[in-house]
Amino acid sequence: MKTVDITINNIHLKAEEGLTILEAAKTIGIKIPTLCHMKDLFPSGACRICVVEVEGMKGLIPSCAYPVSNGMNVQTNSPRVRRARKTIVELLIENHPQDCLICVRNKNCELQDLSEIYGIREHRYSGESKSHAVDISSSSLERDPAKCILCGRCVRVCNEIQKIGAIDFTNRGFNSSVGTFYNKGLNVSNCILCGQCILVCPTAALREKSHLKEVTNALNNSKKLCIVQVAPAVRASIGEEFNMPIGLNVTGKLVTALRRLGFHKVFDTNFGADLTIMEEGSELIDRLSNNGVLPMFTSCCPGWIKYIEQNRPNLLNHVSSCKSPHEMEGALLKTYYAEKTGINSEDMFVVSIMPCTVKKYESTRPELTEEKLPDVDAVLTVRELVRLFKMAGIDFNDLPDDNFDNPLGESTGAAVIFGTTGGVMEAALRTAYFKITGKYMQDLELHDLRGMGGIKEASVIMNGKEIKVAVVNGIGNVGEILDRIEKGECDYKFIEVMACPGGCINGGGQPLHQQKDKILKRVQALYEIDTKSKHRMSHENESVIKIYEDYLEYPNSHRAHDILHTHYYNRQFIK
Amino acid sequence: MDKSIVNNYTANDRSSIIPLLQDIQDKFGYLPEQELQEASIHLGMPLSSIYGIATFYNQFRLTPLGKYVIRVCRGTACHVKGSAGILQALETELGIKAGCTTRDKLFTIETVACIGACSIAPVISVNDEYFGRLTVKEIPKIIKNFRNKSVKENIEIMETIGE
Repeated sequence: MKTVDITINNIHLKAEEGLTILEAAKTIGIKIPTLCHMKDLFPSGACRICVVEVEGMKGLIPSCAYPVSNGMNVQTNSPRVRRARKTIVELLIENHPQDCLICVRNKNCELQDLSEIYGIREHRYSGESKSHAVDISSSSLERDPAKCILCGRCVRVCNEIQKIGAIDFTNRGFNSSVGTFYNKGLNVSNCILCGQCILVCPTAALREKSHLKEVTNALNNSKKLCIVQVAPAVRASIGEEFNMPIGLNVTGKLVTALRRLGFHKVFDTNFGADLTIMEEGSELIDRLSNNGVLPMFTSCCPGWIKYIEQNRPNLLNHVSSCKSPHEMEGALLKTYYAEKTGINSEDMFVVSIMPCTVKKYESTRPELTEEKLPDVDAVLTVRELVRLFKMAGIDFNDLPDDNFDNPLGESTGAAVIFGTTGGVMEAALRTAYFKITGKYMQDLELHDLRGMGGIKEASVIMNGKEIKVAVVNGIGNVGEILDRIEKGECDYKFIEVMACPGGCINGGGQPLHQQKDKILKRVQALYEIDTKSKHRMSHENESVIKIYEDYLEYPNSHRAHDILHTHYYNRQFIK
Repeated sequence: MDKSIVNNYTANDRSSIIPLLQDIQDKFGYLPEQELQEASIHLGMPLSSIYGIATFYNQFRLTPLGKYVIRVCRGTACHVKGSAGILQALETELGIKAGCTTRDKLFTIETVACIGACSIAPVISVNDEYFGRLTVKEIPKIIKNFRNKSVKENIEIMETIGE
């Protein structure tokens, strides 16, 4: 490692060559504020909050985009720097709605933080402010360009990481705004609603469409049986919002808290995940033995489904027909559970707690219904649930542990790893291996499929035949695989796709301000739950076995197909 | 039917977006949505980015031009000679703002930096005709003449069809 000698705020240090001033300062505990910087992406230098003084240079230097060099003398906290930063923040604030008190990001806003840090106590500038309508057209996301500070993070995550390109900068100068094609609604754009843009937005310009009203109304309605289910990835992240250690499994407290909110039944989407493995695994075995269309894609991620429907409808027959786990769980609640308990399915209100924004859209899809009732009535993101807990005065830290209700609350270790990239594939292979060979896999943990790689491959030998599988981590990496399938050059048999980088653990509905090391700790929590589980394969889930005996007969039976499977449509964006 | 324009450019080469948009505008007088969609597929570029470029540069327009394009010179000499008043009179007369086209698609008002005819300031051009040393009073008459001209042309067309 080559180093250079630099001085930052009169502290001498040896900094790694190639680091920017911002990164070098961070290594000695000097924090330089920024509104546009994104780790691992090429610097954009858009916001200018990170300016510093460098000896011998005429103007102020954006530290996020300037590499360190030998003998450099940097001041990050001189009066000139502070004045410049303060002015930038003041100008941003004057062109921003003054409604912090009633804003969804109040006390969780990077612009507000900077206003506090630089001690802005008066309005020094006045002038024309931009005005834009809020785009509420999509069923998952809201876009409020009036609150946008044009940092460009959402544009970059959408274009460079997810490679969707639903939004970009439009117009110029004072009229610049982030917008869609012809400034039409997100609902008619090629947006897949993954919500990665929300995670990076410094203000409330991007936010989820709230379902809190629907949920609180149902909870207050004495005629409704309120049922809630929790996605695997939620248990490893929600603790963070209550200042608990990152990557702490809080399943027990979460169940207690949901009961205190007034939910009559608390179930686990992991049960739906185990069921998905049974159905999807059988579908795969069927396709393998009957010369079906291969490779088969997983269908758990609604963002991925929306992507393929919009972009490559010609490949839709490669996608498993299984509903996603929470829709399976919802469908069974409104059929099997209603029948078993004698409760009218119309009197049920099923809420899913999801780390995801697309699931809100998914729950409105007309094909995901039983007898014209939606499988899932409302979807809350982790952030919305936290608001609900705080409103109800539930102090998460001091709660006792509780267990999920049954029968739709039992789950295996295979289900909980659905929450991270590679998890669905790993879980499916554990069961498929057993179903095909009659034996357990030697090592249940498939380390080739773990980690944050973009495309991960593995091969498993079953009955002397090699089965190649792949995991696509992040929708930005899927195009390459789809191209290969179209050209007939793909020898994988089964492919998992998750739209968010890292899987649901880094979903668009998770707590904000994600960092890679934080995400990895959450992933670790999920793997730990798996290791400690009594059962680690979905077909060992006793409630799942029982539901097949009592109701569904066998995987892919006629009834299972009716309730647990769905179909897809060509939603090509460009016609 | 207009595949030919995009086919003049290498597929998946984003760097050719600006010349491609210029070609489309040369052919249609503006950038039709359908053409932008084809450009998006051909260059492998998101529609939002193409829209971003089309709205960033003043040279591109997303709405069709009127039959008569009125260019109002806002150069220094014309400004001194009162071109702001001329522009305002045109806007009032036609009921549209600069950059817009009337509903009957007859007139478009554009402002330009300098037409290069400072000696006859203030000056406007309507298609290829120039009007210099203008006063606000003359504006309604000029517009009326072009309206009549258009009606006359339409009658001639109808008569040819009738025959």
